[in-house]
Amino acid sequence: MATTSRSSPPSPADANRTIVPVARARSVLELIGNTPLLEIGRLTAGLLRPGVRIFAKLEGFNPGGSVKDRAARKMVEVGLARGDLRPGKVILDSTSGNTGIALAMVGAALGYPVELVMASNVSRERKKIIEAFGATPIYSDPLEGSDGAIVLCRKILEEDPERYFKPDQYNNEANPLAHFETTGPEIWRQTAGAVTHFVAGIGTSGTVMGTGRYLKSRNPAVKVIAVEPDDPMHGLEGLKHMASSIVPGIYHEGELDDKIGISTEDAYEMVYGLGQIEGLLVGQSSGAAMVAALKVARSLREGYVVTVFSDFGDKYLSTNLWIGWQQWRRERLEQLVSKWNESASATT
Amino acid sequence: MAIKVRVPTPLRRFTAGVDEVTASGDSVKAIIADLERRHPGIGERLLDEKGELRRFVNVYLNGDDIRFLSQLDSKVKDGDDISIVPAIAGGR
Repeated sequence: MATTSRSSPPSPADANRTIVPVARARSVLELIGNTPLLEIGRLTAGLLRPGVRIFAKLEGFNPGGSVKDRAARKMVEVGLARGDLRPGKVILDSTSGNTGIALAMVGAALGYPVELVMASNVSRERKKIIEAFGATPIYSDPLEGSDGAIVLCRKILEEDPERYFKPDQYNNEANPLAHFETTGPEIWRQTAGAVTHFVAGIGTSGTVMGTGRYLKSRNPAVKVIAVEPDDPMHGLEGLKHMASSIVPGIYHEGELDDKIGISTEDAYEMVYGLGQIEGLLVGQSSGAAMVAALKVARSLREGYVVTVFSDFGDKYLSTNLWIGWQQWRRERLEQLVSKWNESASATT
Repeated sequence: MAIKVRVPTPLRRFTAGVDEVTASGDSVKAIIADLERRHPGIGERLLDEKGELRRFVNVYLNGDDIRFLSQLDSKVKDGDDISIVPAIAGGR
């Protein structure tokens, strides 16, 4: 990597001028994507070797506030092109939040009604945003989690299949395709092709599958690493513990180079750290992604690790993430890293 | 004193897949200790190493979040019911 040998390397994020927001748009849908890539430099200071850098794709800059805008737009576009979605139909899906917000936004922008099935314990802000876009929430049993919402959604669809268009984010190839066509190329350009590792959380797996596929198509040596909760009982909204969940049809584990389990506590700590050290307030899935990215980056001698911060943190202020939290201190990050060192020395 | 405890999907691997179990005790803390005796492994999913309720676990006593009652010291009486609910739903 030529840039890392310079005394003051330019950020790859600055190197390409084509990634800029559109100056003027006719529809909110045109504003999806082209999100900024931020180097996480302050929080990682002193923790990485000189040739190793971590960048985060800030998906909170999408108009609906999350990475899910990309998949929602693509799934609806493909549905319209195939004639599966047409005037008179209602968009229906199961979602714990961000996809719901994205579908509600896309539906509003195109004039289609939207109904969304979600467990009733998703954050209050998400429910309100969905309603603000004019969509109708349908609540499933919180004890059954997102799988309960999937099952209830299937039942509603079976009762009146002609009424609905179900994007089915878990099984719709347009979901990873959105990332193959947008997120992947953006990261490639924003790093000037220097990305070596891509680290992203798994919810539906659309982001990690589609982006990973694109990056590998440009450079087969790029490592694609998925992030999941380390236990079925977790507090990482948006992420799925694959072994204990209904496995999405779009998820192909064989395409991953690795999968890292992150504890809820470590992810929450990272959210506090990012807020206070980087000035970046993100959600808990971004905290998990950052913990995993740091873990990967610490194992490298050289490389550009790119991760995805799926959204900003304002939708989670009423959630357990902020219950009993304390002012963050840098020692906590050092404790986390020394924990990895201990477990690494225990296994070697 | 037998109390009904509703168990969420991610914890049913400790209860042989059962979604409702019984436990004894006069406080939520005692109920969790009894749950751990009957279903080993469930306790550490609910409490951290300091014995505090993990931040992403919500426990409802007769529909009220125990964080707004007396936390783990909330008193439990015969006929009460408890629900353990993960703070989030998973998936996106």
